[in-house]
Amino acid sequence: MSTASSVEPTRRDFLFIATGATAAVGAASIAWPLISQMNPDASTLALASTEVDIGALAVGSILTVKWRGKPVFVRHRTKKEIDEAQAVQVATLPDPQTDASRVKKPEWLVVIGVCTHLGCVPLGHQGEYDGWFCPCHGSVYDTSGRIRQGPAPRNLDVPAYEFVSDTKLKIG
Amino acid sequence: MKTMKKLGLAALLTGTLLVAGGASAQDHGGGHVPARQSWSFAGPFGTFDTAQLQRGFQVFREVCSNCHSMTKLNFRNLSQPGGPQFSEAQVKALAAEYKVQDGPNEDGKMFERNGRPSDAWPSPYPNAQAARAAIGAAPPDMSLLAKARSYSRGFPMFLVDAVIQYQEHGVDYIYALLNGYSKNDDPTWNDYMPGNHIAMAKPLSDGQVDYTDGSPKTSQQYARDVAAFLMWSAEPHLEQRKKTGFRVMAFLILLSSLLYFTKKKIWANVAH
Amino acid sequence: MSGPSTYVPKSALGRWFESRLPIMGLIHSSFVSYPTPKNLNYFWTFGGILSLMLGVQIITGIVLVMHYTPHVDHAFASVEQIMRDVNWGWFLRYTHANGASMFFIAVYIHMLRGLYYGSYKAPREVLWILGVIIYLLMMATGFMGYVLPWGQMSFWGATVITNLFSAIPLIGESITTWLWGGYSVDNPTLNRFFSLHYLLPFMIAGVVILHVWALHVVGQNNPTGVEVKNVERDTLPFTPYATTKDGFAMSVFLIFFAWFIFYVPNFLGHPDNYVEANPLVTPAHIVPEWYYLPFYAILRAVPDKLGGVIAMFSAILVLVFLPWLDTSRVRSANYRPVYKMFFWAFVVACIGLGYLGAQPPEGIYVIASRLLAVYYFGFFLVVMPLLGLFETPKPLPASIADSVLGKGAHASQASAQG
Repeated sequence: MSTASSVEPTRRDFLFIATGATAAVGAASIAWPLISQMNPDASTLALASTEVDIGALAVGSILTVKWRGKPVFVRHRTKKEIDEAQAVQVATLPDPQTDASRVKKPEWLVVIGVCTHLGCVPLGHQGEYDGWFCPCHGSVYDTSGRIRQGPAPRNLDVPAYEFVSDTKLKIG
Repeated sequence: MKTMKKLGLAALLTGTLLVAGGASAQDHGGGHVPARQSWSFAGPFGTFDTAQLQRGFQVFREVCSNCHSMTKLNFRNLSQPGGPQFSEAQVKALAAEYKVQDGPNEDGKMFERNGRPSDAWPSPYPNAQAARAAIGAAPPDMSLLAKARSYSRGFPMFLVDAVIQYQEHGVDYIYALLNGYSKNDDPTWNDYMPGNHIAMAKPLSDGQVDYTDGSPKTSQQYARDVAAFLMWSAEPHLEQRKKTGFRVMAFLILLSSLLYFTKKKIWANVAH
Repeated sequence: MSGPSTYVPKSALGRWFESRLPIMGLIHSSFVSYPTPKNLNYFWTFGGILSLMLGVQIITGIVLVMHYTPHVDHAFASVEQIMRDVNWGWFLRYTHANGASMFFIAVYIHMLRGLYYGSYKAPREVLWILGVIIYLLMMATGFMGYVLPWGQMSFWGATVITNLFSAIPLIGESITTWLWGGYSVDNPTLNRFFSLHYLLPFMIAGVVILHVWALHVVGQNNPTGVEVKNVERDTLPFTPYATTKDGFAMSVFLIFFAWFIFYVPNFLGHPDNYVEANPLVTPAHIVPEWYYLPFYAILRAVPDKLGGVIAMFSAILVLVFLPWLDTSRVRSANYRPVYKMFFWAFVVACIGLGYLGAQPPEGIYVIASRLLAVYYFGFFLVVMPLLGLFETPKPLPASIADSVLGKGAHASQASAQG
C-alpha cells in the first residue's frame, strides 16, 4: 500500500511526465478536427464568387444580389448622386474616404448591404443624404455608402469585384 | 489462467468480427467471384495514381456519363488534392463546356449559363423515370458505386480481409463486370452480374477512348482506369484517411507503450 | 459515492467551496480513494472503455448534427456532404459509425464478463438491471442512428424492425402507424428517429451515472467472486492503480478502433447503405447491423410472426431475471467447472446465432438457428436454476488477499501482465 507514495512529486520521474505529456498531445490533436469542422466547408468556399448581369439596371436604381449569404447593393448612380458623393469634404466625415477610392467606375457603386453597426440591412433612397438609412438604430449613409450620422462606426464595406464586361459584374 | 482469459478475449473478438463481417458479406447468387486485382490505392500506404485517375475520368466522361449520373461529383473536385488533380484552369475550361440551369433571374425565369467549377456534374437524365423512358432502364448513379457494390469472399476469408485491409471488393467487382461479357450470342450475359443478366450492353471496346499518354487503348485498360476513378469518386479522401491513420497508429502505439510501463511501475510492488 | 467523504481540500478556497458544494469530495471518493479489489483482470477495464466510447459517440454525434439534415430529400446527400466537403467530416462520420460497433463489442465483453464471474448475483442485482436498461437504450439508439443516413439498409431495416410491432394482436397495426407517423417509413419517421437518436444517449449517460453509483455502493466483484473482507489487505485505491490500468486498456482499445476508422472503415457496414433509400425496391438481403444478429436469428427461428417477436424480446428481457434464475451460491465460474463449460457453449451459441442471423432463412440455417435458440433459452431457464443445486463447486479462497498470495509461483509472471 505504501507504493501510493510513488506518485508524489518528489518521486515522479521521466516516465510519468512523458506519459502525461503524450496523452495531453493526443487530447489536443483530437480537438482539432472537432474545431475545424465548424469552418466553411469545401462547397461553401467554392461559392466565393458570383456574377451579376447589370445591363438592364436603370440609372438611379439599386440591385440587391446575394453573395456569401449577404446582400450586396449594386447602385447605378445618377449624375446628381455622383456629384453629391464627390463634393463632400472628406475631412469632415466620421470615416474619411474619398468617393473615388470606393468605386471603380463613378456610375456604379458596389457595397455590402450590411450596416456596420450591428448587421441590419439599410433601406435604399432614404435618409438625409439620399443614400441609405438603417431602420434598426438610425445610421444614415450617403450616396457613396459612407456613414454620415448615427452609431455605425464605418462606411459600408466594398467587396472585391471586377467588371467582366460592360454589362457583367463579378463579385468576389 | 491468464492465457485462458486472453484466449477467451481473442475468441470473443474473432466471434464478433465473424458475426459482423457475415452481415456485410453480400451474396451474389449466380455470379462468378471476381478476381482480386492489385491497385495503387490498396493497403495502409495506398495512394491514387493521378495519371490513372485522369484516364479513368476520360473514360467516364466519354463513355459512362452518357447514361450514368454522378451527382456527388463537382467540377471543383477534379482539381482537389488526392484526386485526378487537373489544374484549376483545366477544370474551369471543362466546366465552361457544359450548360447548367440557374435562376430564377429578375424576370422569374430559369436560364442556362456556362458551368463553373462549383457546379455539380450534370446528369444525362433529369430523373430515373426519364432514363427508363429513354433507354429502357435507370442506370445507377456512379458517385458511390465502388462502395455500394461488393461480393462475398465467404468464411473465413472475410475475417482475413479485416486484417489484411482488403477493401477493394467493389472496384474488383466493377473491373470484373466490365470484362465479364463472355457470350457473343447473348449480349445481356455477364459472368459477374448477380443473376447473370445485365441491362447495360458491353460499354467498352478496344480503341474506343483516345488516350494521349501512351497507355494501351484496350478495354481491359479502360476498365481498370475507370474502376480506379470510381474508387476515388466514392472515397475522395482515401489518401488523407490512410496518411492520417498511419500517424494516429504510431501515436497510439507510443501512448500505449508509455501507459504500459507507467502501469507496470505503479503496480510493481503489489501482489495482484 | 461510497458514503461520506473524508476528503479535505488543501486550499482555503477549496475548503470554502467544498463546504457549499462537496463535488471534489464526491470525485475523490468515487475515482481516487475508491477501493478496488487487487485481483481484477483486464476484463474489468471495459467499464472504463465503455464510458470512453459513450463520450466519443456523444461528441462526434453532436458535431455531425451540425452538418446533417433530417429530411428524406436531403439526408443521404448531407451525409455525403459530410464525407466529401466538411473539414475532417469523413473522420468524424467514420468514427461515429464504427464507434457504434466498438461500443457494442465492448458492451458484449462487459456483459459476458458479468455472466462468467457472476457479477449479477446479490447484492449486485440492481447494478445488473441498470446495465440491462443501458443495453436496451443502446440497441434503440443504434437502430435509430442506422436509419439516419437514409440508405437502402437504413430504410429497409427501419421498415422490418418497425413492422415487428404489427405482430401485436388487435393494436399492432395502430402501433406501427403511430411509430411511422404515416403509412410507411417516411419523412415523419426519419424526423422522430433523429430526435430520439439525439435524446437517448443522454438518457444512457443518466443511467450510467446510476450504474456507477450502484457499483460504488456494493463494490466491484472480482475474479474469485469472494467479497472484500479487509479493505486494507484486499483492495487498492482507484487512483493510481485502476486509473493507469484502465488508461492502458483504453489506449489499446483505441488502436483496435483506429484500425477500423482509418483502414477498413466500411468493413462493419453494408454496401447497400451507399445506395440512397428507395421505397419501391427492396435489396436482395436485408440484414440488420451485426450487433442485433443473434436476436434477429432468434426472431426468424420461430415460424410464427407473433411468436418470433415474443422470442426475440424475451431473449433480452430474460437477462433482467438472471439474479434470481441463478441458484448457485458461488459467483465465479473459475470455481464452477460444469457451469464454465455451459458458459463457453453459450458464448459459442451466441456467435453461432449471430452468424446465422446474416444467412438467408432457409434449410439448414433455420434448423441450426432453432437448435441454438433452444440452447440460448435453456442456458438461462434450465441450466442456471438446476446447476446451482447439483454442481459441486471447487473450494473458494478465504479472501482476495489469500487468492493473490496463493498463486505465488505465478506472481512474477502475473505482475508483468496485470
